[in-house]
Amino acid sequence: MKLSALQQSYLGRRSNSFRSSGPLDSSSDGAFKSPAAVFWLVLHGLSCLISLLLGFRFSRLVFLLLSTSSTYTSPFHSPTELAKTLDIRSVIPADPVGNVPLPFPNKTATNSRVVVGRHGIRIRPWPHPNPVEVMKAHRIIERVQTEQRLQFGVKDPRKIIVVTPTYVRTFQSLHLTGVMHSLMLVPYDLVWIVVEAGGVSNETASLIAKSGLRIIHVGFSQRMPNSWDERHKLETKMRLRGLRIVREKILDGIVIFADDSNMHSMELFDEIQNAKWFGAVSVGILANSANIDETVVEKRGEEENPRMPVQGPACNVSNMLAGWHTFNTLPFAGKSAVYIDDRATVLPRKLEWSGFVLNSRLLWKDGDKPEWMKDIDTLDGDIESPLDLVKDPSVVEPLGSCGRRVLLWWLRVEARADSKFPPRWIIDPPLEVTVPSKRTPWPDTPPELPSHKKPVIGIQEPIIKHTTKTRTSRSKRRSKRKHDETRTDRRTTGFDKTLQN
Amino acid sequence: MRKWFWGFLFIAFGFVCSIAAERNPRTERISGSAGDVLEDDPVGRLKVYVYELPSKYNKKILQKDPRCLSHMFAAEIYMHRFLLSSPVRTLNPEEADWFYTPIYATCDLTPTGLPLPFKSPRMVRSAIQLISSSWPYWNRTEGADHFFVVPHDFGACFHYQEEKAIERGILPILQRATLVQTFGQRNHVCLNEGSITIPPYAPPLKMQARQIPLDTPRSIFVYFRGLFYDVNNDPEGGYYARGARAAVWENFKNNPLFDISTEHPTTYYEDMQRAIFCLCPLGWAPWSPRLVEAVVFGCIPVIIADDIVLPFADAIPWEEIGVFVAEEDVPKLDTILTSIPPEVILRKQRLLANPSMKRAMLFPQPALPGDAFHQILNGLARKLPHQKSIYLKPGEKILNWTAGPVGDLKPW
Repeated sequence: MKLSALQQSYLGRRSNSFRSSGPLDSSSDGAFKSPAAVFWLVLHGLSCLISLLLGFRFSRLVFLLLSTSSTYTSPFHSPTELAKTLDIRSVIPADPVGNVPLPFPNKTATNSRVVVGRHGIRIRPWPHPNPVEVMKAHRIIERVQTEQRLQFGVKDPRKIIVVTPTYVRTFQSLHLTGVMHSLMLVPYDLVWIVVEAGGVSNETASLIAKSGLRIIHVGFSQRMPNSWDERHKLETKMRLRGLRIVREKILDGIVIFADDSNMHSMELFDEIQNAKWFGAVSVGILANSANIDETVVEKRGEEENPRMPVQGPACNVSNMLAGWHTFNTLPFAGKSAVYIDDRATVLPRKLEWSGFVLNSRLLWKDGDKPEWMKDIDTLDGDIESPLDLVKDPSVVEPLGSCGRRVLLWWLRVEARADSKFPPRWIIDPPLEVTVPSKRTPWPDTPPELPSHKKPVIGIQEPIIKHTTKTRTSRSKRRSKRKHDETRTDRRTTGFDKTLQN
Repeated sequence: MRKWFWGFLFIAFGFVCSIAAERNPRTERISGSAGDVLEDDPVGRLKVYVYELPSKYNKKILQKDPRCLSHMFAAEIYMHRFLLSSPVRTLNPEEADWFYTPIYATCDLTPTGLPLPFKSPRMVRSAIQLISSSWPYWNRTEGADHFFVVPHDFGACFHYQEEKAIERGILPILQRATLVQTFGQRNHVCLNEGSITIPPYAPPLKMQARQIPLDTPRSIFVYFRGLFYDVNNDPEGGYYARGARAAVWENFKNNPLFDISTEHPTTYYEDMQRAIFCLCPLGWAPWSPRLVEAVVFGCIPVIIADDIVLPFADAIPWEEIGVFVAEEDVPKLDTILTSIPPEVILRKQRLLANPSMKRAMLFPQPALPGDAFHQILNGLARKLPHQKSIYLKPGEKILNWTAGPVGDLKPW
């Protein structure tokens, strides 16, 4: 069929060089019947009749069988259909029957290799993605995105120094993995200072070693106390310890406090690059609202989500810092959690540390820094909020379009203090209690039957009371000769019986 | 100590200078085969005289159907408006280099908005009869220094169906005039030597309104929205787009890298700005506004149309900006696109980011320097000065006024 189509096109070109003026729709009249034309007409009529009987286009089937080409899975249509006129916008529908085949309607006077008319639809034999090419495409996308970031993203991105206080507990793995993965996605240089209460432990070390980031892991001698108040105080001390490390190692960049139970968005890291000296972002507080009445939840600011309280900078009309949104603890008075395992709401402080970022140069001993920054060596614990680090709170820069964008979320969820978890969350040695599954895929291998399997099958028993019992007893007797098992599976009993027959 | 200080300062200065130099080439200059001409100013290089035709050729047609102002053939109307108030316009025909006839030949629309070309040849004939009888300039050269804007599917062949258009050929009386058309295909009857190919009209304000921040990462590899099978006119495929669009669908519908479908999303423009490659396959005609949209949104156009002639081909180096894929290579499209080295892709994106490139594809109102109107005038200016041979001796006639189908000769 491919061959005939080519022949048709060749014929078409030859005849058209004589500028034969007959347009396509005049083909039905005036064409004298050559034997080939008569033959095609008869064949076409026959295939139309068969199609009417069968209900589908019979000619397609014939050509599918005849077609041997591997590239063209959508077969070329018969020459009669090729000569079909398609009147695009006219009212008369295209007439599928009864057009005497005409030379291919290619009237280009010049030598164009582009042929007008019906072409085959080229489909390759395996039209599915090639995994190597998919990887190449992803690398191209990565490269384009890196270039975009270089051109339109932050100019001169600074290193990000993340300070995280942590300690070993059940939920540490949960929280720290989340923070770790967020940090692994950050497109800028990163240093992660992990301060661990209770000293450096292998648990934490093995967890964070998987990140591939540059980590400074230090231990803090005190252990994490059990009440939230004490805990917050200790965390503050641990953060100051982290800041002292920044000072000692003279790290240059932007310091951000990433508590291990917080959730950070990627836009946060882009936004804090805009901080000059001391910036503040809005933190969404996901306090456990299970115990709060609806009346208590009040709206804070017009643009904020009325349900989720937000801590952060508040701006006036001219986008200058005017005050602070803090967390209102009054509705929770007396109902908040005191100890770690309380089921009441865990409240944040007035202003959480994680909502503030500072330029590491503020922490250096010398170098030019603004005079409103207190020296961290002079402070010692008992800092309520990061604003105590500065003498004048009005120098803080509001970030995230003046605090309107919430870029991270605060949450404290902890298990009971005495909850057990396997060290490093590896189950080794394998657990001792094994429960077999109800059905094994291999009917001939006998499963082990512990005693509690009977109640499960007890549901079946009332229905098939007589037969099961008799069969059980029979199979018990018979199978005792073969194996020492009591099987109540009807399938297997049947199988056993056939074996013995 | 002091020597070290000065040495350090010198090195720091050199370092800063080199960084600044590296930062700058985010876009690249565009020079085509005609040179660095996208920013040329045509004012002063040519003079255009606009014939005053009765409003039945232009204004009345537009009044009957104002949809003509926003469809992809609207370039003819905007070109007229631009020339009326442009500094290249002259009211003295004696000093004009080019003559423009404002006929809105594509403004006869069906209820669904598609232009019917059946009356256009008669309209053009009657207009030319008018200008040749009222002014002597047509007969002087038989139209060789006249230009017409024919943004039709197949240009001045005045038909939407390719076989019929090829049969008719370019309207005989327009054979000597310069045609400014959107259709371009090499070795095709409907493209004359010396025609100027222009981009189709795409609404500039709409596209500007839907721009997204430039740092939004481009995460779609290949993007296309449009028909693959024209079920009304060609249900089996193979006719529409010479089977190329159907081949794209059949080969890549399961490929996650290809975001292709027939949907009409409201975020079409935004999606294009998040894509690296945008397919621009042929349809019933090889050109489409997708090329303009791809250029404006910085998406590399993948042109699947054999022998196509792209807009302003002598001023814009399309080979370096877009990717050309032969129709027979469509099954290997994914191999072709993934094997382009990333540096080449980045270079293409830099060329596309050049603002003069985007401006050259648009028809803004009012006109801005470097836009498509100016590129058309630049193209016309590059054809000057006219050769002496176009001026006919008195009484000499070259064109055959009665050639063409009988239906065209009826008066309009």
